[in-house]
Amino acid sequence: MSLMNDNVNRRGLDTFDWCFLGVIMAIISVGILSIYSVTNPQTTTGFPIYLKQATWVVVGSLAFLVAVGIDYHKLARLSYLLYGIGLILLIIVLIAGKTSRGSQRWIPLGSFAVQPSEFIKIPLLLMLAAYYGATTREGWVRRLIIPGLIVLPGFLLILKQPDLGSSLGFLAIFLVVILTVGMKSKAFGFMILAALMLFPFAWGGVWGSLHEYQQDRILSFVDPNSDPGGKGYHGLQSRIAIGSGQLLGKGLYGGTQTQFKFLPEGHTDFVFAVFAEEWGFIGSMVLLSLYILLFLMGLEIAIKAKDIVGTLLAVGVVTMIAFGVVVNIAMTSGLAPVVGIPLPLMSYGGSAMVVNLTALGLLLNVKRRRLSLL
Amino acid sequence: MLDTSRQANELADIQNRLIFVKIGFLMLLVLLGLRLWQLQVRDGLHYQELARDNRTRSIVLEPARGLLYDRNGELLANNIPSFQLYVSLEDIQDREALLAQLPHYVDIDQQEISNKLSIKSRRGRVKIKADITLKEAALIESHRLELPGVVIQPEYQRHYPLNNYASHVLGYVGEISESQLKDPEFSHLQGGRIIGQNGVERTFDEYLLGETGEEVIEVDALGYPKRSLSVRRPLAGDDLYLTLDIRLQRLAEDLLGQEAGAIVALDPWNGDVLALASKPGFNPNDVSGGISAKDWQRFLKDTQHPLTNRAIQGQYPPGSVFKIIMAAALLETQTLNAQEMIPCHGTFPFGRRVFRDWKAGGHGQVDLTRAIAESCDVYFYKAGNQLGIDPIATYARQFGLGEKTGIALPSERSGLVPSSEWKKRVKREPWYPGETISISIGQGFLTVTPIQMAKMVSIVATNGRVVQPRLLKASRLRRTGTLKEKPEPPIQQLAISPQTFAHIKEGLAAVVTKGTAKLAQSEFVSIAGKTGTAQVVALKPDGDKDKNKEPQKEFRDHAWFVAFAPVEHPKIAVAVLVEHMGHGGSASAPLAKTLIEAYMGFETTQEPTF
Repeated sequence: MSLMNDNVNRRGLDTFDWCFLGVIMAIISVGILSIYSVTNPQTTTGFPIYLKQATWVVVGSLAFLVAVGIDYHKLARLSYLLYGIGLILLIIVLIAGKTSRGSQRWIPLGSFAVQPSEFIKIPLLLMLAAYYGATTREGWVRRLIIPGLIVLPGFLLILKQPDLGSSLGFLAIFLVVILTVGMKSKAFGFMILAALMLFPFAWGGVWGSLHEYQQDRILSFVDPNSDPGGKGYHGLQSRIAIGSGQLLGKGLYGGTQTQFKFLPEGHTDFVFAVFAEEWGFIGSMVLLSLYILLFLMGLEIAIKAKDIVGTLLAVGVVTMIAFGVVVNIAMTSGLAPVVGIPLPLMSYGGSAMVVNLTALGLLLNVKRRRLSLL
Repeated sequence: MLDTSRQANELADIQNRLIFVKIGFLMLLVLLGLRLWQLQVRDGLHYQELARDNRTRSIVLEPARGLLYDRNGELLANNIPSFQLYVSLEDIQDREALLAQLPHYVDIDQQEISNKLSIKSRRGRVKIKADITLKEAALIESHRLELPGVVIQPEYQRHYPLNNYASHVLGYVGEISESQLKDPEFSHLQGGRIIGQNGVERTFDEYLLGETGEEVIEVDALGYPKRSLSVRRPLAGDDLYLTLDIRLQRLAEDLLGQEAGAIVALDPWNGDVLALASKPGFNPNDVSGGISAKDWQRFLKDTQHPLTNRAIQGQYPPGSVFKIIMAAALLETQTLNAQEMIPCHGTFPFGRRVFRDWKAGGHGQVDLTRAIAESCDVYFYKAGNQLGIDPIATYARQFGLGEKTGIALPSERSGLVPSSEWKKRVKREPWYPGETISISIGQGFLTVTPIQMAKMVSIVATNGRVVQPRLLKASRLRRTGTLKEKPEPPIQQLAISPQTFAHIKEGLAAVVTKGTAKLAQSEFVSIAGKTGTAQVVALKPDGDKDKNKEPQKEFRDHAWFVAFAPVEHPKIAVAVLVEHMGHGGSASAPLAKTLIEAYMGFETTQEPTF
């Protein structure tokens, strides 16, 4: 095999790539189907939501192609600039953003609005990879404090919106990357890893032991609109939707929780409940398997990447998506409080779709350039 | 190159470490899988039920209440369509907002809604207001989105086409009350049902009610019905044919006019209640349509007591009407014979007291016939004194006094037949012979109801047949459509000789022909009767009675007249009581005469049909 002058494998797609793309498309299709099912009766009011989502998938696919095409090293070099732009956008949001349901998250652009808190995740991933990949970072300050100080403004700006979910996602990416780079003290590293892993469950346990009014106070402090119906209505209706799907599900359009709108936000944060009600435990397992497959492939890319930048970039992407999947499903199935995190690749939302597809494009980018040094 | 190898080592380190990340993510996803197994497989059925409860509402379908007819098939009560306002408890989103909003659209005050919603259940429907107007219904429909949980249901509303006529017999319907719901008698009924609350609506409720149906509908999160899942049709109640002849009933009520009083007309042979009038009455349509608490209070506080059925609940001294029973007792105990002459000089001295006859100067020498015809008090003072209280009480009871007739109407009163035993038990005093003298002319402790008087005169008319007055003639079963005639009630024969009745009847006929009730004399039909005056304020036996001074109306005596006709073969027995109208002969006898003549006219012109 000869080395190509621009270090790109030009032989087209191999089996791995096809599988990778297939899994992504499968998850996206399931998402659009669920959105179609839940918004079906609303088709009379303007452009159907499932078609909007499909449009975002097209936009996201273009971003995916761009993310695959440009060498990630070049992108990594631009990451500080991009991150800076992201922070400025977050400040603009804070000053002039569109407020919806109590939090200020969107910058209106004509007929739609973008969510900078989603977009800044891409520079974050690139920047962390670039920072640790450039040279070996020795000592506590260089390993933890400096990158921590760089990440902190983004985290705080998102938390201020308030968007608890996204800011926790931001933190999760940072922590997993640090763990991967390696801490001096292994014990400390494992502690953080264990804490992160058990976070939703620990939260569930501690949360459950609190009185309702205490929970209300905490939640309304963090996110005043996490549960507008009050008294855990969303969480309960979501659990009922998932549970009543039973083993085989109620079939497309068969979900009474969804069709009769007992389940709020069925096309966004609670899209998993819609899917689980219609397709049952079997369907849920298939969907979980698709996500697992995606993560394993992503980690495979990370393990086989040719350099630290590639590895950390891949780990960051996988963490970003895995965090969304784990917290969203934990939330809809009642293991975690309802904090408002969309399910990656499935929940309706243009910004998230474009960002997730861009990130997955970066992942494939890393994979397609790993052979160049061999 | 050294740097590159260091980098390569570091890369290897990092990549080796990724195994932990992999294990971490896999564990989390396995945990999620277990959680989903728990929700969907282990507890799936439970959540399935919760989902069903979420989306289904059970609606009670009210059956059509049985209709009421008179004996000739004239409609007395039916059902007309109306709008009922309900609140579906599951679908209320903001209780306070609802309380504040609803009075803007419907004429109802906040407190009343609040009371209706103060039940513990969180499921099911509560009726907020019955029979709302079309305008109110339209207003609410147009504000549906602001009033989640508010439901307008078209339902039947009880309607009484004759308005005030026969109101006490028919009664009225109303929503089952809180206290009734706790009563075991109503334990089979659900809250919110419309049940009979008075009159035959109440006593024959079990026939009229029918059986409720149920519809299960699927609703969305805002309570909008999506589709019907199952329907069990309600079963209408049975139609009832009452023994009333509504023509006679209307006439009786019109005859009473503005006066308070009661008229009861019976078929003496089988106890059919042909008319049972009580004035003043009320319009059952006003009461059945969900009367407001304020109007109800006004009703209850009315000094004329329009809701009281005087025919069965009014307890009055029988006055001289009681002389009929006295006569029977005297003859049967052979205290006197009918021909025996007793002198009457207008007074009967007894101990230190003097009992007066109504006619100053007296009636002279009177036998039984004249004593009845002219209602000679002294004759009965003397005879009663000889007889003693306990035989009088025994005969009074035989004629049905002192006990309920058992007519199928709620809250009948029994009146009172005093005896020495009663006095000792209740008053803790011995019986004084002077009290017997008052009883002998139907005063004193003795009280009777108009229906008891009608029953008593029926017994006389039929020479001792005792039948229970009945209101239900036939019923049409909605289930099968068949008409079922009620069997004639059992008949009991009094052990009183026909000669006794013959003597009494002779006297009663003379009352009309030449006695105290000449105003009851008819050209068409022979009538026998007896007048009576029920004292409102007890007269002191020797107190002075100013005949010329007209007392205030509420202190005036009640006028009685009981009658049957034709004398030879009685077809109708009547009791008339007009409150505060003085003498039975002038106030009540003409009413009885008109009624009897009318009935005899109906009898010859029309055969009862259904």
